[in-house]
Amino acid sequence: MALKIVKGSIDRMFDKNLQDLVRGIRNHKEDEAKYISTCIDEIKQELKQDNIAVKANAVCKLTYLQMLGYDVSWAAFNIVEVMSSSKFTYKRIGYLAASQCFHENTDVIMLTTNQIRKDLSSPNQYDTGVALTGLSCFVTPDLARDLANDIMTLMSHTKPYIRKKAVLIMYKVFLKYPESLRPAFPRLKEKLEDPDPGVQSAAVNVICELARRNPKNYLSLAPLFFKLMTSSTNNWVLIKIIKLFGALTPLEPRLGKKLIEPLTNLIHSTSAMSLLYECVNTVIAVLISLSSGMPNHSASIQLCVQKLRILIEDSDQNLKYLGLLAMSKILKTHPKSVQSHKDLILQCLDDKDESIRLRALDLLYGMVSKKNLMEIVKKLMIHVDKAEGTTYRDELLTKIIDICSQSNYQYITNFEWYISILVELTRLEGTRHGHLIASQMLDVAIRVKAIRVFAVAQMATLLDNAHLLTGNMQRNGICEVLYAAAWICGEFSEHLENPVQTLEAMLRPKVATLPGHIQAVYVQNAAKLFATILKNQEGNTDSTAAQETSQMMIDRLPLFVQSANLEVQERASCILQLVKYIQKLQQKDVEVAEEVSALFAGELNPVAPKAQKKVPVPEGLDLDAWINEPPSESESEDEQPKAIFTKEEPKHSRPRHTEVDEKELARRREARKQEQANNPFYIKASPSSQKVYQEAPGVEHIPVVQIDLSVPLKVPATTPSHPTGLPMSDQYVKLEEERRQKERAEKKKKEKKKRKEKRSGRGKKHDSGPESEEDITPAHVVDIVTEEMPENALPSDDDDKDPNDPHKALDIDLDNLLETTARRPLADSEKLPVRSHRAAGAPKSSAEDGEAENATPQEPKKKSSKEKRDKKKDKERDRKRSKEEKKKKKHKHEEKEEDLLGGQAEEPVVQSEEMKEVEAQPTSTSAEVSDLDFWLSNAPVPSNTQEAATVAEAAPAPEAPAGTAADSEPEEPKDTETEESKSSKHKKKKQKKEKEEKEKKKKKKHHHHHHHSDGGGEESVQNGTVEEEEPLPPMSNYCLLAENSYIKMVCDIQGNLQDGSQVVVSVIFENKSDSFLKSMEFNVLDSLNSKLQRPEGSGPHDGLTVPFQLPPGVSNEARFVFTVQSIVMPQKLKGTLTFIVKNEDSSTHEKLDFKLHFTCTSYLITTPCYSDAFAKLLESGDLKSSSVRLEGVNMPFHHLLARICFHHHFSVVERIDSCASMYSRSIQGHHVCLLVKTSGQTVSIDAKCDEPTLLGNVLDEIKQTFSQC
Amino acid sequence: MWCARLIGDLVFCIELTGRHCCSLPRPLSDPMVKPATDRIMIKFVLMVNRQGQTRLSRYYHSVELSRRAALEADVVRYCLSRKKDQCSFVEYKDFKLVYRQYAALYIVVGITDSENELSIYELVHNFVEVLDKYFSRVSELDIMFNLDRVHIILDEMIQNGHIVETNKSRILAPLTTIDKMVDS
Repeated sequence: MALKIVKGSIDRMFDKNLQDLVRGIRNHKEDEAKYISTCIDEIKQELKQDNIAVKANAVCKLTYLQMLGYDVSWAAFNIVEVMSSSKFTYKRIGYLAASQCFHENTDVIMLTTNQIRKDLSSPNQYDTGVALTGLSCFVTPDLARDLANDIMTLMSHTKPYIRKKAVLIMYKVFLKYPESLRPAFPRLKEKLEDPDPGVQSAAVNVICELARRNPKNYLSLAPLFFKLMTSSTNNWVLIKIIKLFGALTPLEPRLGKKLIEPLTNLIHSTSAMSLLYECVNTVIAVLISLSSGMPNHSASIQLCVQKLRILIEDSDQNLKYLGLLAMSKILKTHPKSVQSHKDLILQCLDDKDESIRLRALDLLYGMVSKKNLMEIVKKLMIHVDKAEGTTYRDELLTKIIDICSQSNYQYITNFEWYISILVELTRLEGTRHGHLIASQMLDVAIRVKAIRVFAVAQMATLLDNAHLLTGNMQRNGICEVLYAAAWICGEFSEHLENPVQTLEAMLRPKVATLPGHIQAVYVQNAAKLFATILKNQEGNTDSTAAQETSQMMIDRLPLFVQSANLEVQERASCILQLVKYIQKLQQKDVEVAEEVSALFAGELNPVAPKAQKKVPVPEGLDLDAWINEPPSESESEDEQPKAIFTKEEPKHSRPRHTEVDEKELARRREARKQEQANNPFYIKASPSSQKVYQEAPGVEHIPVVQIDLSVPLKVPATTPSHPTGLPMSDQYVKLEEERRQKERAEKKKKEKKKRKEKRSGRGKKHDSGPESEEDITPAHVVDIVTEEMPENALPSDDDDKDPNDPHKALDIDLDNLLETTARRPLADSEKLPVRSHRAAGAPKSSAEDGEAENATPQEPKKKSSKEKRDKKKDKERDRKRSKEEKKKKKHKHEEKEEDLLGGQAEEPVVQSEEMKEVEAQPTSTSAEVSDLDFWLSNAPVPSNTQEAATVAEAAPAPEAPAGTAADSEPEEPKDTETEESKSSKHKKKKQKKEKEEKEKKKKKKHHHHHHHSDGGGEESVQNGTVEEEEPLPPMSNYCLLAENSYIKMVCDIQGNLQDGSQVVVSVIFENKSDSFLKSMEFNVLDSLNSKLQRPEGSGPHDGLTVPFQLPPGVSNEARFVFTVQSIVMPQKLKGTLTFIVKNEDSSTHEKLDFKLHFTCTSYLITTPCYSDAFAKLLESGDLKSSSVRLEGVNMPFHHLLARICFHHHFSVVERIDSCASMYSRSIQGHHVCLLVKTSGQTVSIDAKCDEPTLLGNVLDEIKQTFSQC
Repeated sequence: MWCARLIGDLVFCIELTGRHCCSLPRPLSDPMVKPATDRIMIKFVLMVNRQGQTRLSRYYHSVELSRRAALEADVVRYCLSRKKDQCSFVEYKDFKLVYRQYAALYIVVGITDSENELSIYELVHNFVEVLDKYFSRVSELDIMFNLDRVHIILDEMIQNGHIVETNKSRILAPLTTIDKMVDS
């Protein structure tokens, strides 16, 4: 034996290990493949050996090779072998290899089930850990089913390391085996409050992931998460929770309202950019989901936009990118707030980083208005010229078209300009988006009637210069444009200046090299042109010219008849024959023009894509009726699949149309017309089916601004040198400017007239301010096609859900589970499969135990709690005993089987306990669930002493009151108990335990209620004190900082939760003057103790630029961070604000001095505290006490408390009648405890704090607060 | 079999005699609307050097071996071609890449669209800091020769594509214990 080992290790010395392999590969750069193949051969040899060390080494090397991209699936079985090694070092290698190489279809995975189970229950926590990690990579549905129970047991492991991993892997298990979710959920939820932060964060992770997919089932957990959010300091966890809330708010708007405040607080206070970004994102999501109308909405949006601006202005490209990304989300709902930062976004267009430019482009979409469209597009066109990469250029192109065409060309005032932009875009070489340009050309030409003359002229030039466009034919996507050009020239040929020339251009031999579908259009439109020409020439009574044209057609068309493209060929030969016949007639001097043009007669009207749906079904036509009887035999087969898909939404069926009677239809039509009439952009009645062939009335009567034909109607586009020096579209920018000025002048005239008529003092705001949107009238009118949906088309929700989504299976109603066991208890089938005894000879006792356990959930749960308690204890004793036994056994034998048996004996007990928990859990949570409403409603939250009564009084919600409270009372003990019995740490004696239990019960009560009152941060703390109906007077912490005739500054100072040495000062600047305030600089004279945080690189006396300017009457908020060292004393800092006042004609420098007062209060942070923790704190004896008396305080007690809470950042711990305990914490962690008593007009405050100076100052400040009122 | 729906189309034809063109489908007017991403998670973690050689790869969703090579090559190409003054987030197909460069080594993380880019960016740094702490000034060679240990560290930090642990000492605790076990 020993010899063998020695021999093995000698062998190993000659083997390559991983390091050698890596080195070897590096040394064989030229023939790497060959070297590796020899290595693989060696590895194969090594794997054949019995020595596990050699095998492990081989597998280790394989893992590396796998990473390099070599297939190692052939070694799967060897990997399993190494996994099952008893030595941890090898086992680890095996699991690593497995996690890298195995996937769901690896068949050897089946073999691993028992091995993994054994590792999971290993006494060595690292064995278990490595198994869990590995499992998370290759878990299959089978493994998930078989191991779910084991993993669930591990969730309550004593070691947090294991608990953490087990909790996380449960997520994978849920995905693969959705049935496990219901039984495991209560325990998972428990882990949210695990003492170990790692486990807690793992549970948050898992539940967040689950909840983001099926949010509605997790709504009841919102209060719990809210509490976590306000108490957690782990940014990673916070990010997760905040993300989760983002998913929950759309379902529960009230939640959104509750969230805004803590989120904005976080935004203010956090220094972590990732957290800030997440908060901003969620605030945006919340605001989107909330219906507008909340008063402080705009403030929050403003805050977000401001913060984002700071991100975008940052020199860090990453922040810039994210800022723009988030900005685009705001853009969707609050375009106005984003538009004010246009300057910044346009600036980003010039950024050196392409990804940033792309993001900025996204934003541009919302930046445009009628006023600046031309300017912006001009800028983009410059970028197009400069852009080096085709992808970016293509992106620019699509953006230009997107921007221009958005909402029915809403922002385009001059379509000639747009056409010339499109023509200019055709100059782009190698773009993929030729078809996009083409479709825009067609769309505009068809829908904007007034533009056709111009468009046709441009297109004719394009056709004429086609050779320039299509330099290198096929690869060039731009030739698609010719498709549009040919069609427009043909269709609107009556507008052509020189149709013969265009016809000639369309029949050039070079055309034959164009793609087939374009040739076809060429041929067809050549025929149209021909018809027009004939008509013109016959009018001239010039028969020779007409005959010449026919001859040209006959000469040129055969080229197309030979085309390989069928469509081209067919059209060409048809038309050729036609022309030949026409020529014959012409020679006989027959007038043919009329008849030829009749071929293409008729106006072309745009029809909405969905128009067909609007066509009413004629009366008596049942579209769903069979015309022939369906074959009878298939009937039964057809029926079945239908039964399976009962959920399928009924297709919006036609019969509903018939239900709508004629009158109703007429009424709707009327309403629609009315609506369209009010829409300034809607000119023409929609071409609904009834009217289609009537000439559209109205278009002719629209006053179309005469185009100043000073612009040459030649397209210089295709030639690189422009005769005028300016690109075409630029001239339009100028022209448009003139046009607008003219218009404005006219308008002013009119307005003056009006004013003369009226003479009343109502000054119009318009004329002094900048031109408003509505003032710009478009030069052309878009023929808008309404795209109505049929009335009965339902937006189907299922569209966006992927049927293969693994999360769909996890859409399980967990509330049911939590609410009442009676409603839907865990059915037997839902229990996680406990390991069944595959090995023969399972002990009977365990089987019996199993049965008993199965029975428990069905048992009526009317047993008195006492009985249960007893039983529980027995069980626990049993369990302990069995554990001990197990240990003994283990010591005796180390064989596998024994081990297995031990495990079995224990497990059922655990299981039964679990079931009980499940049973007990719901009752306690039932209170919570129905409390959700209660928690969400902003109704006052009762304090614990007067609970039941006040609940009934205060809660307006019908379901919430007394019942809940009453319900939860008797059940709670059970809850505490289960928790207690579970935590194996409690190894105290029985009697002691009982005493403790009682205490705990009490505490738990408090806990339960504080849960509500503390959850809401500042806001709900306030709530906690408001019990009576009396409303609180509005309060603000902003106090006046300084003021002069130009500007007013108010400020609020708050400690930074994240950083013990930082204080954030929010200053609101309000412009009181009529002038524009800019270049504001905020500077403070630093003291030894407090310093203003300045950006890196600036000197200690430099001021900070306020990141905004103030138009007259506007106020805005800026934040400044100060670092402080000692916080026990209040202090004052002198500062100055300098700014420039800009009037229409002058600008002056002004300054304003101020004194910033850092009170001790501002170093306090509202921190919730539980009464038990509070009691411990007081008992600890570390705190110094002090007290103060306030005389003549004439206000209700709850107002008093609310004031202390609000102004001094305290939270109420407990309140009994006219006595309350309060708590707060300084940013440096000093505890401040208050006991506030009132009798009559005297209020006495006893206080304790670990820092007497701080306490004294805080008390002074409190005293001052109340002396003021 | 004559389906009645066909008649519906006939009705349409009858109604619309005369020539018509259907208005062209408008370009998707809202560029901001993106399809809902299926899952929020880290898709993979890659370590590559400047030559494009993979030094570590970890996938949190199954990707076929053959597609991995192509993906890695693509990813490397994207990231290596970027300059230092460009931002560290790249949109790639339907997900995003977050990368960071440390000397000649690039760490690239593939994430879904809704993951917080910045937090991943910080995670990468955290990861490198942990490596630095463990190997005391980590180099590319350390990672090559101690691939299994790097994997352990990574597994402590990311599991299932979710961030598990960010505390340096807690991440390293199991590894140091393991090292002790191996030594003894």
